Amino acid sequence: MTILIAVAALGGLTFLLAVMLVVANKKLYVFEDPRIDQVEDMLPHANCGACGYPGCRPFAEALVTGKALPGKCTVSSDEGRAAIAEFLGVALGSEEKLVARLACAGGTNVALNRAQYKGISSCQAAALVSGGGKGCFWGCLGHGDCDVVCDFDAITMNEHSLPIVDIDKCTACGDCVEVCPKDLFSLQPVSNRLWVACKNLENGDDILEDCQVGCTACGKCAMDAGPDLITMISNLPVVNYSAMHNTREPIQRCPTGAIVWLDDEKGAIKGSQAKKIVRKGIRREGSS
Amino acid sequence: MRFLGFDQKTFKHGVHPPEHKDQTNSLPIRQFPFAPVIILPMVQHIGAPSKIIVHEGQEVQRGQVLAEAVGYVSVPIHSPVSGTVRKISKMPSISGKMVPGIYIEPFPYSTQEVMKGKSIKLTFATPDEILQGIQDAGIVGLGGAAFPTHVKLKVPEGKTCEVLMLNGIECEPYLTTDHRVMLEQADDIYMGIRYLLKVTGAKRAIIGIEANKQDAADHLNSHKPNDIPVTIEVVPVKYPQGSEKMLITSILGKEVPSGGLPIDVNVVAVNIATAAEIGRLLPHGRGIQERVVTITGPGVKKKGNYLIPIGTPLRYALDQVGAADNISEVYMGGPMMGTAVSNLDISIVKGTSGIVVYTENETKKPEKIYPCIKCGACLDACPLFLNPSKLGILAKFEAYEEMADNYNLMDCFECGSCSYVCPSNIPLVQYFRLSKSIVRKRQAAKKATEHAE
Repeated sequence: MTILIAVAALGGLTFLLAVMLVVANKKLYVFEDPRIDQVEDMLPHANCGACGYPGCRPFAEALVTGKALPGKCTVSSDEGRAAIAEFLGVALGSEEKLVARLACAGGTNVALNRAQYKGISSCQAAALVSGGGKGCFWGCLGHGDCDVVCDFDAITMNEHSLPIVDIDKCTACGDCVEVCPKDLFSLQPVSNRLWVACKNLENGDDILEDCQVGCTACGKCAMDAGPDLITMISNLPVVNYSAMHNTREPIQRCPTGAIVWLDDEKGAIKGSQAKKIVRKGIRREGSS
Repeated sequence: MRFLGFDQKTFKHGVHPPEHKDQTNSLPIRQFPFAPVIILPMVQHIGAPSKIIVHEGQEVQRGQVLAEAVGYVSVPIHSPVSGTVRKISKMPSISGKMVPGIYIEPFPYSTQEVMKGKSIKLTFATPDEILQGIQDAGIVGLGGAAFPTHVKLKVPEGKTCEVLMLNGIECEPYLTTDHRVMLEQADDIYMGIRYLLKVTGAKRAIIGIEANKQDAADHLNSHKPNDIPVTIEVVPVKYPQGSEKMLITSILGKEVPSGGLPIDVNVVAVNIATAAEIGRLLPHGRGIQERVVTITGPGVKKKGNYLIPIGTPLRYALDQVGAADNISEVYMGGPMMGTAVSNLDISIVKGTSGIVVYTENETKKPEKIYPCIKCGACLDACPLFLNPSKLGILAKFEAYEEMADNYNLMDCFECGSCSYVCPSNIPLVQYFRLSKSIVRKRQAAKKATEHAE
């Protein structure tokens, strides 16, 4: 008898709770598009934020609701993006591939250090100690915070302590842009070939004491370029990429090679009149 | 009981680094010569940079206003010398940024008389007029932080100031500027205190002095005027007692709340040299154009306390005192909280309390950093009772928000006591500086996006 009471009591309770759950399931049901899960599975799960959304799931939601197009995901392969577009029946939305570009060419072989920094090996920490000790106040400090922060292994430090971006691996997530204390990285469309690899806001040849590849603000590139292509703004040439910029003309007369042509195979190409620098080791004070 | 030190007023925790003050504390303040070119940066204070109102080629008189204050948290900059403005262009600064600067060439045969200004009479001026006078004189905190003094002195609505705290602690090793100012400028200090009492409405003033400056305390005591309620408190030597929050805890036993200001416990704290400057400049309506700087350290031949025109290039100053050939490290401020200089072309500014020069023989070689052994030495050193050990571990894992939200990172004032005692050589304070700057950057970015939305 006792057993029966127990079974009945618990059974009754179970039934009651089950009824409550069923009611709650019907009453509080929130419709979620089943395609969100499927699209999320097709995304690369990198959660890098390059698309402008906090991660892959919010991006999947945006894709399903039509707020974004698959082309925004720069990490997926072409096939992956096409598959998502086909699945959702939307346009691919061909976004031009962006890559991170460094606006500095002052490696240790061309740029001087005024002071030697001792401490945590981090650009952000070094920049807090009187700017980090580099002769050029705007230049790359070379401790490689961007290398550390890059999730895709797209940045490596070269032998002159300058970060080199692997264009194929770069997904334009923007982590390096955020971490650089000197704001040297920016995301640029791959087809932008003309590039000013300097952020020095001073003018004149005094700059060359600190860095042999700095922009002296001579303005030759702006003169040689077509109309409205290059303007000198606070001692730096600024390329107007909405104009016709597919020309190597502006780089030819640059005396230091601060403005370069970015080639896929050969890397940065300097103009014919740029001073050749063959130094392999570290530039010391007094060497010209 | 007295000899056991139970009745001594001090704060808990802290460290005691070697003082090295005996090298310069007996040397009187001496006038420094004018450099061939004086370079004045427009960013010498916390707040908006001053706006230049002179032009290239203009002849200026010593004491003339060269740049105006921009807004409330800003001060004007006066010419430290009679001469010609040669150039207005960018110049390097201690922060590592390029800032606007004025290059002045002194007249070689000028009398260098200081221009007269509008006198602020103690008896007739209202508190607001005195505050305005302090801003017009370009006075900032001379202890090193360079925060505009008039902003600090302004008692907010609904709060009262009971105690005016004069900070003569100078706990930083090597520095003796405040010590010499107290010994040589007692009358100016008391004049300044009169002005400050009137501005803040405080009922009494306390001068806090560390026990290693007993002669200064005795001197101030013997020159004490009868008309103002001022007492002199001598506290035991301990670092970082010169922080205003620690000083208030030591002398009044009150704790300034986290994220608060001394006014939250009804105190206004002012550096003693700032008070002396107010007492000297305001009766004549002049602007600040020179300050006392201790130039010392093993790399300097003629150590001493010098009255240096603001804007004197650091390289010239080191040449004059005979810096050794093998100098390796130069600090502006003291060795604990000062900033390592990366460029000798910067100038001495209003906030420069000392210059410490080391040669290659004294500087520490970079030592191996060992893992944290959880010994807790940093917890016993932190004057704010933070947990540097935990904070250091979090900083390593880049958990900056966690540090700021749960471990009061933003209260850290970077005294360096934790790094000083760490047996594993962990550069804790550098981690915290970095973390603080990142937290500030993120907060600003967050604010900007919220604003945009």
